[in-house]
Amino acid sequence: QFQLAVPVAVVFAPGSVPGDLPRPLPFRDVQEMEISVNLRPSITSRYETVYRRTTAQEEAALDVATAREADAALHPLQDASLGSMTMYVVPETSSLLPQGISVYVGKHRSALVRAGGGLAALRTRLQQLTQVMSFTASSISAALSDRVPNGQLGPDARRHLKSSLGYEITFSLLNPDPKSHAVDWDIEDAVNRYVQPILDKLSLVANFSVDSQILYYAVLGVTPRFDKESSSFLLSAHSLPHVINPVEARLGSSAASLYPVLNFLLYVPERSHSPLYIQDKDGAPVSTNAFHSPRWGGIMVYNIEAPASPQVSLPLHVDVDMVRVMEVFLAQLRLLFGLSREELPPEFLLESPGNEGLADWELDRLLWAHTVENIATVSTTLTSLAQLLDKIGNIVIKDDVASEVYQAVASAQSAMAELATGHLHLAFQASKEAVTSSERAFFDPSLLHLLYFPDDQKFAIYIPLFLPMAVPILLSLAKIVREARQRKKEPTKMD
Amino acid sequence: MAAAVPAARWVRAAAALLLGCCGAALASGIQDQAEQFFRSGHTNNWAVLVCTSRFWFNYRHVANTLSVYRSVKRLGIPDSHIVLMLADDMACNPRNPKPATVFSHKNMELNVYGDDVEVDYRSYEVTVENFLRVLTGRIPPSTPRSKRLLSDDRSNILIYMTGHGGNGFLKFQDSEEITNVELADAFEQMWQKRRYNELLFIIDTCQGASMYERFYSPNIMALASSQVGEDSLSHQPDLGIGVHLMDRYTFYVLEFLEEIHPASQTNMNDLFQVCPKSLCVSTPGHRTDLFQRDPQNVLITDFFGSVRKVEITTETISLDRDLAGFESK
Repeated sequence: QFQLAVPVAVVFAPGSVPGDLPRPLPFRDVQEMEISVNLRPSITSRYETVYRRTTAQEEAALDVATAREADAALHPLQDASLGSMTMYVVPETSSLLPQGISVYVGKHRSALVRAGGGLAALRTRLQQLTQVMSFTASSISAALSDRVPNGQLGPDARRHLKSSLGYEITFSLLNPDPKSHAVDWDIEDAVNRYVQPILDKLSLVANFSVDSQILYYAVLGVTPRFDKESSSFLLSAHSLPHVINPVEARLGSSAASLYPVLNFLLYVPERSHSPLYIQDKDGAPVSTNAFHSPRWGGIMVYNIEAPASPQVSLPLHVDVDMVRVMEVFLAQLRLLFGLSREELPPEFLLESPGNEGLADWELDRLLWAHTVENIATVSTTLTSLAQLLDKIGNIVIKDDVASEVYQAVASAQSAMAELATGHLHLAFQASKEAVTSSERAFFDPSLLHLLYFPDDQKFAIYIPLFLPMAVPILLSLAKIVREARQRKKEPTKMD
Repeated sequence: MAAAVPAARWVRAAAALLLGCCGAALASGIQDQAEQFFRSGHTNNWAVLVCTSRFWFNYRHVANTLSVYRSVKRLGIPDSHIVLMLADDMACNPRNPKPATVFSHKNMELNVYGDDVEVDYRSYEVTVENFLRVLTGRIPPSTPRSKRLLSDDRSNILIYMTGHGGNGFLKFQDSEEITNVELADAFEQMWQKRRYNELLFIIDTCQGASMYERFYSPNIMALASSQVGEDSLSHQPDLGIGVHLMDRYTFYVLEFLEEIHPASQTNMNDLFQVCPKSLCVSTPGHRTDLFQRDPQNVLITDFFGSVRKVEITTETISLDRDLAGFESK
């Protein structure tokens, strides 16, 4: 029984309490729903909701001009544990939410909802919010895509990065034309200022390591087309897949770590091919001038302004605007992890996470998916290990492999228990330990089935050796026995 | 002359514009086709290329493997995603009259050794144990990254094996064998751990079809150069080098692959037709019952090349330029 519990608090500001509450405030409510993923152990979601009124401090925090300030003021007052959610209901006439917006989702784990329509409408809003801020059936089934029978999910179901213990991020600057452009990018400063905050937030999820490099004379695999109308060069959408390959051979993957690598490439086009724009499927130039490939990374094209006067000494010195570049790269990083902000009902307003790069509830989404995925991986790994042992009866399990298996089982069970009580942080840590142990047990070098010979092979090797030798031995043994029996009989006959 | 030149330029410009329009129409047509074929669901490609024979007279097996290596690299799979296992060194063999080369055509037309070959397992490291360790991932922790198969559940893997074989086994290094049962079990271990999305297994040995008889894991397509009871024959000897340079099946496969480029839409059915009995003397076989998609819809580049799926980035986040960064830690 797989249960995902989410602690939710619904806080009513004065003037927003609906008239049709079943019980007087404060009260608790538990809603259980089955997430349909068509698997044998069914997965249910359990929303433990507490309905209450605002405290005096919360009222003071809500008494500000904009939703953003309210969100910032409410942050220290709410339950900040991972996986939890707080929904503040403000009166219909409140000016906190702009016109036409009924729900505002903040940077942390709270949302502001405009009251109105009674309890049923509130419950619908609550359900929509939980879909956005914690998990949906599709995100859970995507996390379990290994176990869902093939064909049920589309081929693009699992294109987000798999849950791993670490990731390596490599930033590369590609300069195919160093004679014309001397490009400088202050990558160290940019990483410290813009990338490090988002990685610090994601450090809960995995270990990240960042490196960077500059490659000269690295060309794209495709020749861009010259477009007369815009007097620029264009890369069409269907030629983009072939851009990556020639470059990839030169990127070099780290020899040291075994973690998945995310490559972010910044390409400065040659002077003869400037400016270079990427076209999408409809032929319109892409505003970000960038594209990404699932589970691999992203590429951005950085155009250099042509100098005003034609007689300028080459090479041109260029200082890359790292903010523009990092805005795109970090957006691509979020997309690679599966954190997109696209599908939302129209009256929702999401606060931009700013320099932190990631809202708290987005981190929660990632953790829910990764925890479920880790637990599923552990169970598949241990099941297949058990099947291997069934097939090859005389395989030797070393003590440390056995202890890893026990630890994996214990951690997985504790992870499921924590999920059922709503402690996402502990559940995620336990699931990470379980995955580490189970991988170590499954991939132990001593478990190679080649090293263990089935019994029939042993017979097949030894019988041709020993059978011919055994024939004279057995015959002479039989002769000895016969002679001994004859000697025993003879004395009786002599009488 | 002054009048002729602008006229010529005008004609050229018109021709270019026309070609551009046709190109655009063609491009959208191809793109629709590409969308249709976008059903394989893989995001990366790996290749494991194994040559199992040693000794100078088995030159052709090394040349076979290196030709497939060359095609696979040309179509885009980088060295970091290729595990190349060569049981003997032909290029620097003392008996090689042309050192540092391995030719695949007689008259020394095509040097498949090239200058950027990266051999991961060489010489005595090519054993059945190492091969199975690479496939199943049960590798000692000290193994470097280039010797590992770091595939995941969205990897398409091409496995090519060549050497001397028989009914149900393949000989490694003249001293050990791998049986079809062990190979099938290794693939099943890979499937259990989801180490591949789809697998293409090609084998060029005598009685090669026996090696894929025992497969039972899903998503495997297999090709072999000869049926059970038949021998795979070599193609042509080179009098200058003194050995047979290639096997027939791989020779025609290489010819077929030379015409594939990364954007081509050729599918697997064409690969099944390569090397009919008239050219190959043996009957090539294939097995697709474990494969979920129709071979008609499987592109050659799904396995031999590395055409990545891309998405246009339409979102950006907004960063505050003036926010003070972290002090150096």
